[in-house]
Amino acid sequence: MAKGSIVAGCLAPHPPHLVYAENPPQNEPTSEGGWEQLRWGYERLRESLSNIDHDVLVILSPHWQTYVGTHFLGLSHFEGLSVDPIFPNLFRYSYDLNIDVELSKAIHDKAANAGLAVKMMENPDFRVDYGTITTGHMVNPAFDKPMVVISSNRSRHYYSVEVMQEMMMELGRATRDAILESGKKAVVLASNSLSHRHFTTESDVPEDMSKEHIASHAMHLWDMRIIDYMRTGQAQRIIDEMPEFTEQAIAESDGGGLTWLLSTLTVPSYPAILHGYGTIIGTGNAIVEWPCYLHQEV
Amino acid sequence: MANPIVASYVVPVHPHPLLVPEKNEGWQRLRNAFDEAREHIAQGDADLMIIYSTTWPSIIGHQIQADPNPTWTLVDQDFHDLGSMDYSFRIDTDFAEAWNSANHARGLQSRTVAYNGFPIDVGSVVALKLLNPDNAIPAVIVSSNVYANRSETTILAKSCLDVLKSTGKKAVAVTAMSMSNRMFTEFIDAADDKIHSLKDDEWNRKVLQFLEEGRLEDVAQLSRTIHQQIRVQKVVTFKPMWWLSAMNDNRNDLTGKVLAYEALHGAGGAVVHLDPTSNGMGDKEYDEDDVEVYRGDRNVLDAEDSTVPHPVDSTNEGPDLWDPAEGEGAVNTDSAPKPVGLYPHARRVGDLLYLSGVGPRQPGTNAIPGGPIRDADGQPLEYDIKAQTRAVVENIARILEEAGSSMEKVVDVTSFLVDMDRDFTGYNEVWAETLGHYGPTRTTLAIRALPTPIAVEMKVIAKI
Repeated sequence: MAKGSIVAGCLAPHPPHLVYAENPPQNEPTSEGGWEQLRWGYERLRESLSNIDHDVLVILSPHWQTYVGTHFLGLSHFEGLSVDPIFPNLFRYSYDLNIDVELSKAIHDKAANAGLAVKMMENPDFRVDYGTITTGHMVNPAFDKPMVVISSNRSRHYYSVEVMQEMMMELGRATRDAILESGKKAVVLASNSLSHRHFTTESDVPEDMSKEHIASHAMHLWDMRIIDYMRTGQAQRIIDEMPEFTEQAIAESDGGGLTWLLSTLTVPSYPAILHGYGTIIGTGNAIVEWPCYLHQEV
Repeated sequence: MANPIVASYVVPVHPHPLLVPEKNEGWQRLRNAFDEAREHIAQGDADLMIIYSTTWPSIIGHQIQADPNPTWTLVDQDFHDLGSMDYSFRIDTDFAEAWNSANHARGLQSRTVAYNGFPIDVGSVVALKLLNPDNAIPAVIVSSNVYANRSETTILAKSCLDVLKSTGKKAVAVTAMSMSNRMFTEFIDAADDKIHSLKDDEWNRKVLQFLEEGRLEDVAQLSRTIHQQIRVQKVVTFKPMWWLSAMNDNRNDLTGKVLAYEALHGAGGAVVHLDPTSNGMGDKEYDEDDVEVYRGDRNVLDAEDSTVPHPVDSTNEGPDLWDPAEGEGAVNTDSAPKPVGLYPHARRVGDLLYLSGVGPRQPGTNAIPGGPIRDADGQPLEYDIKAQTRAVVENIARILEEAGSSMEKVVDVTSFLVDMDRDFTGYNEVWAETLGHYGPTRTTLAIRALPTPIAVEMKVIAKI
């Protein structure tokens, strides 16, 4: 069997506003658009991924929050209606997706061997979280690639950012090893925003872009700092500064996705491609691709 | 009117007592406690069950469930292997909408949600399925706002009480919450469950001792400390006690009973019943400010926007004082008292002049002729309604003069009295001596309160 590979790694945030603004047939609410810079960024990411042969999307979503270990969707098919509990006015999406259970189990087993608490989720009534659905839709709206869906263990809340990073680095290594052994070509996706301070009010027309901006200047500075590290191949500095970033920017990377992503990519020293940056209800969101296929040993 | 909360409960959020009580003796004791609470509620006369759930976080203010019949199957994100939870609840949508409006009236951001498939949170599902399994009592569920502070959470309760009082309904108040919320981060056998640490256990027992003694407001005021000591950050802090205490008029002399206290995968789960009957012990010394209206700005990281008007005097004992608003047709004068909000003294439209509500406060000093109707602690004071009414009329005359109008040109007056029975006669005498002399139409209303401690205010329309 040929050796598997991670062909691309992506930061792919999940605000439901992006799906809402697109008016796809799967989503009940309709809009007049909005957040175009980010949606066009996702267009560029989709175009880029369409040129890269891949078999599976592996995603870690901060909205499947688990406090007891890391969990993996463990059935081959899920479908249903996903309603965002915070923005139900924007996101009521009928989803239908397939899971690569074999790869999920392989990552699960690798992580267990590395000492992490892990569990397969095999309840057919389980509702897939809206972070997974949103990122899944924005990256692959046809949902025609199988997925591996990994929960966000909240170790940062239980312990610290440092402990979270240790666990996510380990989970990233386990993910990478399992993918390489699987013979499959995988795109790995961290479904999180950067700075994550929300506005606490919503305009009458949610897509009114005259109301959209970053929550504060400090958040902007942090976002640009982290993006600059990504664009200049300094992923290790992101890892190093994660405690301060998480604390000061209230960053959604607290869920472990970004650290896990960088670990699966062995903390890349090559530049990432910034496909787009924009704010959503005050939070900072970047769509970033690490084109691993250009930097792999052959 | 007496407080309409006939019973309050604290209940745990995890699904073990609902789905697999038989797997652990402690979980079974929690289930038995739920059953005891359910029987007590069924024997009472509550019209409504109100759930404040910590497992329903929200961002855009608080959210209130308003789907009349939310129906779905819930699976816990962590404990999915314990089984699925089918639910079908009966929601009092009218109450939900009224509560939402009452929040807005008190300055609080909130909204109702009524969408097919909306994910009712696990804490609410467990509480409603075990406390109200046949939907005998309609329910209302409110979220726990991630950014809400004590003031907002208190206002949330007060607006809820507003609606209960106006509708004459009696309610059971329930907080779905953990005590200590640190779970084991690894998988354990059900038989091995225990409170995560001795420290968490000791804090839980102390908090429960307070509740057993009916000292709800004491627990509320310790919320921040409790959160720091035995709470993992998670999404929301230990704020349900702010809500529950405010729902009970911030009392410390309730009759409390801890029905069960057990571990749920390491977290502290308790079923507590708080009866409004006084236990005869002393009531609280109230340490924290009470709040009636939310005026805060939660964009705490933003620099102050200089384009947004602000009060010019926040030192006043009552509401903040503002410079009168400018704008097309605005009429303002230093000879009238400063407004208590951003509005002009009057506004000219065509040949008509519309005055904002005018009270008796004196320009400059803010003093109230005839005396205020209550002191700073809210205790009632003796006052002279005639003196207050005369001062109102004098303020009206000054504003009319500034606009080039006069008392003779007053067309219509709406008067507001906070105590019709006590004050109507005196007010009416002064009216006859002053404005009544010129013959405008008049309507007099009794209202509950005015923003400042005054007894009378008038709304005037005049010609120019």
